[in-house]
Amino acid sequence: MNFLQQLLIALSHAELWQATLRSATPLLLAALGGVLSERSGVINIALEGMMLTGAFFAVVATLTFQSPLIAVLIAMMAGACMAYIHAIASVKFHADQIVSGIAINIFALGLTGYLLRSIYGQAGPPDMLPYERIPDIVIPGLSQIPFIGPILGEQNLITYVALLVLVSVHFLLFKTTFGLRLRSVGEYPRAADTAGINVQRMRYLAVTASGVLAGLAGAYLSIGFIGSFTENMTSGRGFIALAAMIFGKWTPLGAFAACLIFGFGDALGNQLQQTSGVPAQFLLMLPYILTIIALAGLVGRSTPPAADGVPYEVGAD
Amino acid sequence: MPGREGNVAAADIAVYMRGIRKEWPGVVANDNVNLVVARGEIHALVGENGAGKTTLMNILYGLVRPDSGAIFINGRPAHIAGPRDAIRLGIGMVHQHFMLIPVFTVGENIVLGREPGGPFGVYHAALTAEKIRELGEQYGLSVDPMAKAGDLSVGQQQRVEIIKVLYRGANILIFDEPTAVLTPQETQELFHILRGLAAQGKTIIFITHKLREVLEVSHRVTVLRRGRVAGNLITANTTQEEIARLMVGREVLLRVEKEPACPGPVVLRVQNLTAISEQGLPVVRGVSFDLHAGEILGIAGVEGNGQAELVQMLAGMRQPTSGTILLEGRDITHYNARQVRRAGIAHIPEDRRESGLILNYTVAQNLVLGRHRWPQFARYRFLLRLRAILAWARRLIQEFDIRTSGPQALARALSGGNQQKAVVARELAAEPKVLIAAQPTRGVDIGAIEFIHRRLVQQRDNGAAVLLVSAELDEIRSLSDRIAVMYEGQIMSIEPSSVSEERLGLLMAGAAGVGAGG
Repeated sequence: MNFLQQLLIALSHAELWQATLRSATPLLLAALGGVLSERSGVINIALEGMMLTGAFFAVVATLTFQSPLIAVLIAMMAGACMAYIHAIASVKFHADQIVSGIAINIFALGLTGYLLRSIYGQAGPPDMLPYERIPDIVIPGLSQIPFIGPILGEQNLITYVALLVLVSVHFLLFKTTFGLRLRSVGEYPRAADTAGINVQRMRYLAVTASGVLAGLAGAYLSIGFIGSFTENMTSGRGFIALAAMIFGKWTPLGAFAACLIFGFGDALGNQLQQTSGVPAQFLLMLPYILTIIALAGLVGRSTPPAADGVPYEVGAD
Repeated sequence: MPGREGNVAAADIAVYMRGIRKEWPGVVANDNVNLVVARGEIHALVGENGAGKTTLMNILYGLVRPDSGAIFINGRPAHIAGPRDAIRLGIGMVHQHFMLIPVFTVGENIVLGREPGGPFGVYHAALTAEKIRELGEQYGLSVDPMAKAGDLSVGQQQRVEIIKVLYRGANILIFDEPTAVLTPQETQELFHILRGLAAQGKTIIFITHKLREVLEVSHRVTVLRRGRVAGNLITANTTQEEIARLMVGREVLLRVEKEPACPGPVVLRVQNLTAISEQGLPVVRGVSFDLHAGEILGIAGVEGNGQAELVQMLAGMRQPTSGTILLEGRDITHYNARQVRRAGIAHIPEDRRESGLILNYTVAQNLVLGRHRWPQFARYRFLLRLRAILAWARRLIQEFDIRTSGPQALARALSGGNQQKAVVARELAAEPKVLIAAQPTRGVDIGAIEFIHRRLVQQRDNGAAVLLVSAELDEIRSLSDRIAVMYEGQIMSIEPSSVSEERLGLLMAGAAGVGAGG
């Protein structure tokens, strides 16, 4: 009973819902990247590694330049570089996209771990000064509304950017001719090719863009949300984002809804960890359990783009 | 310019391909090919599989780069490096496998890559619909731009493909085997459209291997054989026999010679057989028929109407959801493939590469597949008698005229026709009570078709019961003693072999109330 009461109290506090959005932000950015990549026909399980790379280079850059803006740009570039490797492997060399993705994840883990120690030693990076972090924004007026105010009106800058990206990706995919072409490449590349669309270029573009978004997600994590970098700090968020993308049936809005659910699990776990007697490890499992439940059947059947994961060879029969 | 095409005035030439050569590893697909197509004509490009028709057209459409040769479009030299260049030159291609995205609307499919509005602009569904309506009126082709492409019938999808090509401003339209998937009525409709387009000044190149269609719709014919031009003919002055001779390089018997059947007792009785697809939809719905010894029962129908699933059930490769299969009165409904074979049913599967052969096995190994545990091939059903297997393979290779470097060659190295002969040889050599032949001559050249047809009839005359499933109506009509027509998983009717093509066509299109057949 005590646990249930704790739960009800937590639910009635705006902090829980504010934290939900905060936790959902990196998932959303990465999931949107996943949507772009997979809609073009390239499976991207390397989101995790791209995110981790972005997170690390954001910290390095902001400590070097004392500018979160430059740090964010560099993080996006770092994510894009990882994505570009994935694109070369899977688009140009027709490599197995799962294998390439796993390789990038392992590479990112090793690279960031090695550089972390060789740059900052055993102690890790120094504490960040407030101006080195991505600022939180308080929207005047909106933040004054009771309950809703802190949820929607007091968030990190990147959270607002993520919501903007969400709308843009949705618009791009479903309302523009560019989106039509991108989706055609992921559904039936040969048809797109015969219609005069450059399949390879589209896929390069989409995969690289997914790296940019995953890098941004990483930057949010390290210099926005947490304010530090620790080894493997993404701890599976890239995979959760991937699950959110599938849960959301490869649509931006669906992925957003899924990210909110996972974000809620994360926030609730953190909240109850402080107040209830339930072991912390158990509560921290919440988002992952939700992921499994979601993928196992809650979603119903979700159909990926028809050519997702299938390399395309120009001119082959 | 060589031969009989001298009657085309230079100014009227829409397409001139000169000295085209294309070599794939180990094969010369096109060897010094010349093709001249006049503006406003329907030009048939015929040849057997592997003769180089599709390669030649892929070169014209920019999907394949030639090793040498030149292309002139409307008299001007053309450099075609990709489909984009071809489209710009007014060349369009209606592919054999439709290039439609099932989850897109008809409108989206048509304008894809050339959407009204800027490249990064907003997509206008209404503007698209308007453009398609205009085109439809101009050429008499109506489609619903808002329908999902995947929901359309095959004939409608083809119409969408044609509009797609016209939308891109094509004046030269290439059709790659366009009738392969159509019912006879849909074929007639297509020919009507083709004649209409030609009358409006469009140039049409029509790839086919169906000689009857060549005579029916084309003005002129170019015949390819083994990558070379074997002849240029004016359709009005030629015959099926002449074209077939040019295609094969020798006289070909187009009609199958056979005596009337003397059917014996019922061997295979199928009752109310039902199957469900992987998607959970009914694909075979209550099929019943009797198959007699010494007859060929043909199963006609447009592909995808449950024939494949029916065959899989009979061959023990798919479990029926209800119904029974009786072989000489014995219930074999739930037999697996091995048990079915042992019971005396042989199966020529429709896809020889997928389920007929193991391409990385040798010819000899393939020729004993499924019989590898016979005492003559395996000691204690386990240790292979390799010498016996080789001897057996040599015998079949000779008897069935399988062109191969020897029994130790990999099946992969054989041509399509010879791969098919290997499958046929293996299945017929078992002297089955029932032979199920699914698309036995698909992708096989005329010479091999002739051979396989003769062997099927011979099998019948030896008292086997033959079930022939084919999408080629001509094949069904020339071989079968009775013809069953399948539509949406049901047998519409079982007709005598004398049935008219028109009636078959109506049955294939699912026309109800055509009256009961024989």
